[in-house]
Amino acid sequence: MSQFAINLIFVGGSFLLYIGIAIWARAGSTSDFYVAGGGIHPITNGMAIGADWMSAASFISMAGLIAAGGYANSTFLMGWTGGYVLLAMLLAPYLRKFGKFTVPEFIGDRFYSNKARLVAVICLIVASLTYVIGQMAGAGVAFSRFLEVDSTTGLMIAAVVIFSYSVMGGMKGITYTQVAQYCVLIMAYTIPAVFISLELTGNPIPALGLFSTHIDSGLPILTKLNQVITDLGFNEYTANVDNKLNMVLFTLTLMIGTAGLPHVIIRFFTVPKVADARWSAGWALVFIALLYLTAPAVASMARLNLMTTIYPDGTAAAPIEYDNRPQWVKAWEVTGLITYEDKNQDGRIQLYNDTPAFEETAQSRGWNGNEMEVNRDILVLANPEIANLPGWVIGLIAAGGLAAALSTAAGLLLAISSAVSHDLIKGSINPGITDKGELLAARISMAVAIVVATYLGANPPGFAAQVVALAFGIAAASLFPALMMGIFSKRVNNKGAIAGMLAGLAFTLTYIFVYKGWLFIPGTNNLADIPANWVFGISPLSIGAIGAVVNFTVAFGLSHATEEPPIEIQELVESVRYPRGAGEAQGH
Amino acid sequence: MSGHSENAEQYWKANLRLIYGSLIIWALVSYGFGILLRPMLSGIAVGGTDLGFWFAQQGSILTFIVLIFFYAWRMNKLDEKFGVGEE
Repeated sequence: MSQFAINLIFVGGSFLLYIGIAIWARAGSTSDFYVAGGGIHPITNGMAIGADWMSAASFISMAGLIAAGGYANSTFLMGWTGGYVLLAMLLAPYLRKFGKFTVPEFIGDRFYSNKARLVAVICLIVASLTYVIGQMAGAGVAFSRFLEVDSTTGLMIAAVVIFSYSVMGGMKGITYTQVAQYCVLIMAYTIPAVFISLELTGNPIPALGLFSTHIDSGLPILTKLNQVITDLGFNEYTANVDNKLNMVLFTLTLMIGTAGLPHVIIRFFTVPKVADARWSAGWALVFIALLYLTAPAVASMARLNLMTTIYPDGTAAAPIEYDNRPQWVKAWEVTGLITYEDKNQDGRIQLYNDTPAFEETAQSRGWNGNEMEVNRDILVLANPEIANLPGWVIGLIAAGGLAAALSTAAGLLLAISSAVSHDLIKGSINPGITDKGELLAARISMAVAIVVATYLGANPPGFAAQVVALAFGIAAASLFPALMMGIFSKRVNNKGAIAGMLAGLAFTLTYIFVYKGWLFIPGTNNLADIPANWVFGISPLSIGAIGAVVNFTVAFGLSHATEEPPIEIQELVESVRYPRGAGEAQGH
Repeated sequence: MSGHSENAEQYWKANLRLIYGSLIIWALVSYGFGILLRPMLSGIAVGGTDLGFWFAQQGSILTFIVLIFFYAWRMNKLDEKFGVGEE
């Protein structure tokens, strides 16, 4: 059977499973659509949060970025897990006690202002939409490879599939399909990793294999990897980082953003009790950690395998001939995500880091520039092929990558659509809207969101995980501070909160757009996105943490300069702090 | 709501103390051991690299899990002790 057919069977089979569950659990009332009736066990919920959380960025893109950046990109690992500590302690239990459907609803009630609610809707839409762009980019890569089409066609297919899937089920469909998706994606991620770890180190647990001995060379695998890549002009994999300020801020941005992303917070409304909200965060992190502890192993082993494929006789010998390139290189060339140009006309693939520092060595070997570009987003998907694993493993990873992209995109679209239909339309434009009208508005807003995301996903402002990191910056600067102040301060009032959110959002977006292009439209950036241009060396990906500081400062400053919030609001704040009396999540 | 009672206030203070303590550890393992203090830990070798690298790629994640479960367990005890839990 051809690889194409195997991929189709795995991808098609997993889709039938999700769609089957979605139909089986099709949403009836609006309450079901948003929070699935509020009766979900913490472990189930933790697994669903895991699937919701681990998107194309975690599954497809992250290990590729770690492989390329080594230690420097550990930020993704710490940032995307550390946020759960903040969620569990600073937000989830209190928002569960408050017991409303959506994040803007909390902000609107706590800051006793419809305007605050609308500002929260705007922040939510900007953050979620940016996030969906990253998903589209990742899903596009996956579809283009497995259906053997170019990457733009892959993106279009992804858009159609994600849309039709998201409008069908509400949260209930999504909760149970997401449990199924978690199982598919975690198997897809770990099985190839186990094979590769066994092959390279003899250790069946990839997380331990990362620190084990490389069988062929007898050296620790990270030492071996350092040797191989420094021979080719790259930095050491484990090299320390000079710009620690940026590294700290980037990690902090990802952590705060995690706790401020509405599609994750909304999950904590679906547990029966406040205590369960705390447990849910813990279970979610356990399920997430299964992938996140494996990811650094995948990254280093895939990088080593890639290099030994290109340089089969060692880095001192000649690389392989282009005509003898492995099948996976040919397959990825079709998508345009691997490109080759024979700059020195010797018919071989010189893959190295052509920096000025390495130029002398390169010239002495007759090399005339790096000849192969490998898109970082393909590394995880190509990983089983690079390691010559059997065809069914390749089919499985295709299904897993799509599960990751699909589940997160669906969760985000749900958050966007509920913000529009519930907070914007029902909350202020037309309070008398029927349940049916609300559902229709929800679906229309999903459609609009996906069209915009597809358009921008065709020319994403970075690799999938980087685009997603931008969304975290936006959430970190706008929603997280408002939520946290809403719970931990009785003094912050409506004026402070609104000004704080707007200041944080405007500051962060401006900094991002200056380097990434206004509204992410390519070519409209004012400064090239290179470290030399960054203020104090802070990258646009790391600015969210500063945006959060701006938000806190403006909100506290203005609140203290103006009147205290009314007494009933202060009592509301008091009441969310104590679990007693938490009912089911309520609409109004 | 018994919000302003002394009991409730003590419960909230105990919660805040627990949060401060947990967040100190949270910051220490990630920003500390994983990033800023890595050069200090470079003498401690772990499988071809150093302890700071391990904390950055795995150790901090494992610590986060322990922290959340510890917090949930302690808070549920506090809910009971101060009588502010559900049911």
